[in-house]
Amino acid sequence: MPGLTLDNGDIDYSDIEAKYQVDFDESLDNTVIVDNVPIIDKSKYDRLVAKIAKDFNKKGCSIKPDDIFMPWDDAAGKSKGYLFIDFKSVDEANLALASMHNHPFDAKHIFKLNRFTDVERYAELDETYVEPETEEYTAREHLRAWLADPQGRDQYVTYRGEEVNIHWHGKPSQCEVAHTPKWEHFLYVAWSPLGTFVATLHRQGVRLWGGPSWKPQQRFAHPLVKLIDFSPCENYLVTWSNDPIVVPEGAPQGPQYLSPDDEGNNIAVWDVKSGHLLRTFSTPKEPETNSPKKQMQWPMLKWSPDDKFVARVTAGQMISVHELPSMYLHGKKSLKIEGVVDFEWCPQGDRDRDDAASDSKATTSGSKGALKARENMLVYWTPEVANQPARVTLIGFPSRTVLRQKNLFNVTECKLFWQNQGDFLCVKVDRHTKTKKSTFCNLEIFRVREKDYPVEVVELKDTVLDFSWEPKGERFAIVSSNDPNLGNPGPGITIKTDVSFYQLDRGKNDFKLLRSLASRTSNAIRWSPKGRHVVLATVGSSTKSELEFWDLDFNNEDTGREKVASKDDWGAAIQLLGSGDHYGVTDVEWDPSGRYLATSASAWTHTLENGYAIWDFKGQELEKQILDRFKQFIWRPRPRTLLTKEQQRQIRKNLREFSRTFDEEDAAEESNVSAELIALRKRLVDEWNAWRARSKKEQLEEKGQTVERHTSEEKEEIEVWVDEVIEQIEEEVVE
Amino acid sequence: MRPILLQGHERSLTQIKFNKEGDLLFSCSKDHVINVWYSHNGERLGTYDGNNGTVWTVDVDTESRFMVSGAADNTLRLWAVATGKCLYTWEFPTAVKRVAFSADDKQIVCITEQRMGYQCAIRVFNINREGDGTDQSEEPAFMFNPIGSKVTVCAFTLTPNVIVTGHESGKVALFNLKSGEEILNNERAHMDVVTDLQLSADRTYFITSSKDKTARIHDIQTLMVIKTFTTETPLNSAAIAPGKPYILLGGGQDAMNVTTTSLRQGKFETRFWHKVLEEEVGRVKGHFGPINTIAVHPGGTCYASGGEDGFVRVHHFDDSYFRAKPYGDLEIED
Repeated sequence: MPGLTLDNGDIDYSDIEAKYQVDFDESLDNTVIVDNVPIIDKSKYDRLVAKIAKDFNKKGCSIKPDDIFMPWDDAAGKSKGYLFIDFKSVDEANLALASMHNHPFDAKHIFKLNRFTDVERYAELDETYVEPETEEYTAREHLRAWLADPQGRDQYVTYRGEEVNIHWHGKPSQCEVAHTPKWEHFLYVAWSPLGTFVATLHRQGVRLWGGPSWKPQQRFAHPLVKLIDFSPCENYLVTWSNDPIVVPEGAPQGPQYLSPDDEGNNIAVWDVKSGHLLRTFSTPKEPETNSPKKQMQWPMLKWSPDDKFVARVTAGQMISVHELPSMYLHGKKSLKIEGVVDFEWCPQGDRDRDDAASDSKATTSGSKGALKARENMLVYWTPEVANQPARVTLIGFPSRTVLRQKNLFNVTECKLFWQNQGDFLCVKVDRHTKTKKSTFCNLEIFRVREKDYPVEVVELKDTVLDFSWEPKGERFAIVSSNDPNLGNPGPGITIKTDVSFYQLDRGKNDFKLLRSLASRTSNAIRWSPKGRHVVLATVGSSTKSELEFWDLDFNNEDTGREKVASKDDWGAAIQLLGSGDHYGVTDVEWDPSGRYLATSASAWTHTLENGYAIWDFKGQELEKQILDRFKQFIWRPRPRTLLTKEQQRQIRKNLREFSRTFDEEDAAEESNVSAELIALRKRLVDEWNAWRARSKKEQLEEKGQTVERHTSEEKEEIEVWVDEVIEQIEEEVVE
Repeated sequence: MRPILLQGHERSLTQIKFNKEGDLLFSCSKDHVINVWYSHNGERLGTYDGNNGTVWTVDVDTESRFMVSGAADNTLRLWAVATGKCLYTWEFPTAVKRVAFSADDKQIVCITEQRMGYQCAIRVFNINREGDGTDQSEEPAFMFNPIGSKVTVCAFTLTPNVIVTGHESGKVALFNLKSGEEILNNERAHMDVVTDLQLSADRTYFITSSKDKTARIHDIQTLMVIKTFTTETPLNSAAIAPGKPYILLGGGQDAMNVTTTSLRQGKFETRFWHKVLEEEVGRVKGHFGPINTIAVHPGGTCYASGGEDGFVRVHHFDDSYFRAKPYGDLEIED
């Protein structure tokens, strides 16, 4: 500093110097060694360096030729075939490592990049072999442990406010909370279809929990996930988010994570066991139309019942079927179908599943003779276009052979309903009259197990609101309505409906009306998963909330379905077992055993009397909980029984014997409960009486102190005169 | 038995009260009128006219000679039960919300509202029972302003010059009348306004109801909560049934919300709870508005409820009520 001289010789600046010392980056982390560089002589040096610098710059690593240092073999007058590059920062060095490693410089030379420090590290590596430590084997918890419950109870999950509870449900004394997990910040919970896992949807993705201690089992990092869908055998998971996938820089890489290639997609398919991402899809862009926005279809990817294929429809164009687990397009081409609207896979019945199992066994053992399992089937429909009629087509897959086609006319809309065993297919066809003023409904029923797939039509005059097959049965129920208010829903309007049951008439091989229940308000049909029992509910109405419990085999005392009702008692076996009312009910769900029914009023729909109730199949209310901010009630599904058909038949045959032990348990239970209750009551009464005696004594003492005010309490007798008219005779005197 | 519907009021009921023998039922309402009825057949015996505002409260002495009422016209009136004549009128700066006779009929306590700059006040008057009752002293025997949350309900205890009060904050307290001092309190007896307070027959315990959806039985000496009855609706009134181990609760959502929800939502039923076991034993439907006040016949043979809908319903208990032992043979002291 000119003009300012200070004698600072004796001032110690070392502390300040230490404080403000600039840290020079002494490390060599920003130096990279490039191997496999062409060996050249002096004359080509400048050109080579310029070319290398250009290549690096192309990939976004800005270096100058000056940054390159090429060691030189002076004896040979040639380069040594490698060079060093100094980058400005470690980050840039990393970028170069990522982008320039394995860079094909020319036909013969492929660059190999290494960090300078790494070379040193590897050179100094200890060469002696150290045996890796074998990790201690720890047995994982059994994910289906809940099925081994000695009392055979079912579980359900409730979600209220921010609190999730997993409950046991059995006899009144056996109902208890199984687990209260500490899950936070999630949208909702969902069970996997066989009940193995419970999934929670978080901001970061999906998390699966399971096992007796409810440990985290798997996670799928799909940010802002909104919807999920498991494949039927719960091997795969489909997730959907409204926001397209964005992979931020520095995001973890690996098979379990979304990669930059997936950016912009909405749907992801994951392998549940490994947690690996299999593939992502984008949602088809809806063409901008004036028509009101259709609700998004979910599940968007439909699984074949054996988890072998997954298919999705591109409206109006094609159905694309992907194979699992590779997720490649099956046969490398989609099913091109002009105008296709919707499709549905045929579910696998118990029989098909056994066939498939024996089939795969047969192929592995090489023996023949096992029954060939039924091929997967799917059904789709196309609407009327120009002169072409609407068409429902049943095809086999993977053979892609058309099995059955049916032309339909004047079609507004089709809905496809498979019976859960894959025995029947019902196509609910909403048709319009020529003038298009009024609509009516046809049910086209395909009998899929029979030769040539015969189709039969049930014609109805009314609009069908809901259709439901009896699980494992030959019956179905429909809710139909001709209410003028249909189609213009408003507050306080409850649509009058009719409920009808139909059954397959074995003799004539057609579906006949069993019974029709006229003028109700029910709008939901819930069959028991075991068939026979059905609940009709009025859901989503602010005024009505009835539940009706029906038994369709009331007269057949557990003789089984085999006995076909004779002509004269057709429909006579239908019996109303009971009815109930759950105000504001929004969800009705059977437990997997078909013994109990749960109804819930969710705060997601309205805020009146939220909570849930559990009923038995007879319509008796067993439990009712009114809870503010109650959101979700879901029974834990059960996997298919492991008992063979023969074993099941044995049990059914000897039901009396089996039930005896349970009856004894019940009786013991009951007396136990009542004894406890009586003891509690007795204690309460004793406490009360003791307190009363004490306070009475105190009162007497007090009275003794104060002068008795009323020495002789005179009691006034009040007489009440009651005039009762025994008989009144009016006489009219006629003159 | 069919309930007797008493249709003598044009507006919502505020309080109903049986006399000591239970043959008469006094009812007061927002329509300025006090009615008296024969409880056994629902016949109206007469009215007490003269109030110029909502009558908030009534009480009758043990001899059924005098009746006292408090109203929104800022008056406290003493009536002759038999003739319907107003014997004496006290005037205050604010409305009278609650009145009560002492056990010996010689004193009445009244609570006046905290409004227009006036504090909530408790006044006690000595009643001159000599003569025709018109000769009363204008000045209260005691008067004080309780500190803190205002008083909503009160009653005389057995101890001379001690009253029990329920407060807006949910507090229950004992006050010495002479000094105006709080002897004892239970700040957390309820979480919301105490809406009613009724004594047991022997005045050794009392029941309170509150907007916090609970009713509680307290010991009058220690103010200890003996029993708690938790319902799912705000409660307006609670009464103790003599002879049977039941208590009666009435309430329903606030009148201001009634029109926006359905009848079943309102929960306008009288609920019967077991006093000792704290379990609900039954409900009686009927009112189509919240129940404001409940009273039980001192003999335990009938009860009456008064609702926001303007009706009083008198229910005489059936034989089955007396015969039924829903919990078996439990001997419970009254």
